[in-house]
Amino acid sequence: MTIIDPTDAVPAPRSGDGDKTGPLLEVRDLHVEFKTREGVVRAVNGVNYSVDSGETLAVLGESGSGKSVTAQAIMGILDMPPASIPKGEIRFYGQDMLKMSGEERRKLRGARIAMIFQDALSSLNPVLSVGFQLGEMFRVHQGLSRKEAKAKAIELMDRVKIPAAAARVNDYPHQFSGGMRQRIMIAMALALEPDLIIADEPTTALDVTVQAQVMDLLAELQREYRMGLILITHDLGVVADVADKIAVMYAGRIVETAPVHELYKRPAHPYTRGLLDSIPRLDLKGQDLYAIKGLPPNLLKVPSGCAFNPRCERAQDICRTDLPPLVPVTERDGTELPGRASACHFWKETIHG
Amino acid sequence: MADTTKAGEPTDATPNVSGVQVVEAESEEQAVAALDEPVERGEPILQVRNLVKHFPLTQGILIKRQVGAVKAVDGISFDLYQGETLGIVGESGCGKSTVAKLLMNLERATAGEIFYKGQDITKLSGRALKAVRRNIQMIFQDPYTSLNPRMTVGDIIGEPFDIHPEVAPKGDRRRRVQELLDVVGLNPEYINRYPHQFSGGQRQRIGIARGLALNPEVIICDEPVSALDVSVQAQVINLMERLQDEFNLSYIFIAHDLSIVRHISDRVGVMYLGRMAEIGTDEQIYEHPTHPYTQALLSAVPVPDPDAREHRERIILTGDVPSPANPPSGCRFRTRCWKAQDKCAEETPLLAIPERFKSSDSPAAHESACHFAEEKDVVHAA
Repeated sequence: MTIIDPTDAVPAPRSGDGDKTGPLLEVRDLHVEFKTREGVVRAVNGVNYSVDSGETLAVLGESGSGKSVTAQAIMGILDMPPASIPKGEIRFYGQDMLKMSGEERRKLRGARIAMIFQDALSSLNPVLSVGFQLGEMFRVHQGLSRKEAKAKAIELMDRVKIPAAAARVNDYPHQFSGGMRQRIMIAMALALEPDLIIADEPTTALDVTVQAQVMDLLAELQREYRMGLILITHDLGVVADVADKIAVMYAGRIVETAPVHELYKRPAHPYTRGLLDSIPRLDLKGQDLYAIKGLPPNLLKVPSGCAFNPRCERAQDICRTDLPPLVPVTERDGTELPGRASACHFWKETIHG
Repeated sequence: MADTTKAGEPTDATPNVSGVQVVEAESEEQAVAALDEPVERGEPILQVRNLVKHFPLTQGILIKRQVGAVKAVDGISFDLYQGETLGIVGESGCGKSTVAKLLMNLERATAGEIFYKGQDITKLSGRALKAVRRNIQMIFQDPYTSLNPRMTVGDIIGEPFDIHPEVAPKGDRRRRVQELLDVVGLNPEYINRYPHQFSGGQRQRIGIARGLALNPEVIICDEPVSALDVSVQAQVINLMERLQDEFNLSYIFIAHDLSIVRHISDRVGVMYLGRMAEIGTDEQIYEHPTHPYTQALLSAVPVPDPDAREHRERIILTGDVPSPANPPSGCRFRTRCWKAQDKCAEETPLLAIPERFKSSDSPAAHESACHFAEEKDVVHAA
């Protein structure tokens, strides 16, 4: 295994707040396509978002909306081919990662940007002990010896509150419960104290009581290390609990961005409104659930104009022909609403009336 | 009531066990005929009494020795009334899916009884069992694996008629299947398509159509919407509610999503480690929970309202669910409970209306298996 030399760290130093050129991570006009036998699947069609240190961005979307593919493009773990990135920039501290060499990206991956995957059981290697897998981060990136790496691994397991860490360091993934495995995934992502963590549905496979434990832990560690966090999820409840700002994706595009309180109070896109209305509430018992009619689109044949138009109640002719751009959302009198944007021809009607 | 479990370990107190009218059928014919009797709305259609399922743990290859048992379901009792939806919630491993299999008679109960219209179906076999099964159907969790990929939709939905030909005569089947497709909101012309040509939500509709094929009275839904996207979930839930009214169905709705269970259920039972912790109407459970486990479970559910996050009290449980092969003595929740005292380890709390609420009319007066039951509203912001 190659040892990555830590001395020539790639972009701007982590503590260098002075020479920071822009936000921690900025995705600009990102496009990702997959070549398949049936044709070209445009999974991501011009996504823009940014995250700052200590900030939590939630990317919300249903399956097939492109939220995970965007994350994989940021991590640089897309299989290329079949995937390709025809257009776009991913700037980490102002430097475009898509222009970096493979070796440069390897130094960032894990050390500066880390990822937590959904299914901890299939993301961990079943034939290696968790201590060995945790220690791999230190051995590869920092060149520590096996013994030192194991000591570090125990420390990490303590940090994520795994009881009796020293005794369990040689256990294998199957000997841990789902929640504990997810803690190990978190420990692995945290190992080198990265600046940014991408969590792809980190609690979807867990029970609610364990989900609460894991989300609490993640929030606590994020505060402590002042990391940026991109939380990818379809659960509107989890988002409301932890996010600072939200980007809603549909068919490979961002259809709405907003600070968390604003989005739930006054959605500016019919899709967001539909999603919010279609979830049953624990604290309210209503009548019929509102259901968005139809199905999410097949990415091989995305409807022309606004991709949401066949399912939208507000759809007019213009929605079937013109693709709505993501435009800033303002108050009725034109006062700007910071951080808000919507990709709907009728956002004014959606938010104000 | 006899103690069916180990001596010294009392079983759950059973409400109106004497109320079960056991039909002593003289012959099989009579037994089968009894099943066609309609049940009045609001009368119990399914009565479960001290249901137990232990899966043996064995050791040795040739001579298998039983070294213990996984106590998946350990003495639970509840009633399902005609036309209602009973939600069953709990974390993974609490035994809720085993209950579903026992009710379907896919697993044989170790002990206990399940009365369907007064007949104990755990003792049935052969023709009588087949007749009962026609009336209790199931909808499965995963719409991708519960449909045979090599069969057309028509064959999948029509297959129940092969086993129960009396429901639809041979020439009539195609029409019946198309009717069913229409009922669940699919195009009847799709009858010759294969499952892979449908999306997840549509597949779940096919599963529902198959469940409806034999005009059952009870449908057991095991996590029917947890594999679906949020926007499609609402469609399927609405469909299930419409079908319930249309065909006068009784549902047992098993799920881990507490918000959905509240939406669809009339009554809710909370399970923990093979036992029922608390049972009551949806208002009693969600607005006035008295069992600490229910309170912790409800407080852990993220509410889609960012303004609530500052005000809501969260009870974060420590640790994981203990192994059902070696459950804690006394109250099974005591190892994770913040109220636990010595009494909890020694005495198993009975599922009954707590003494202190017995005389009151408040909604807190519902069955809860806790020595220190106390009302606490955890759902609403303080």
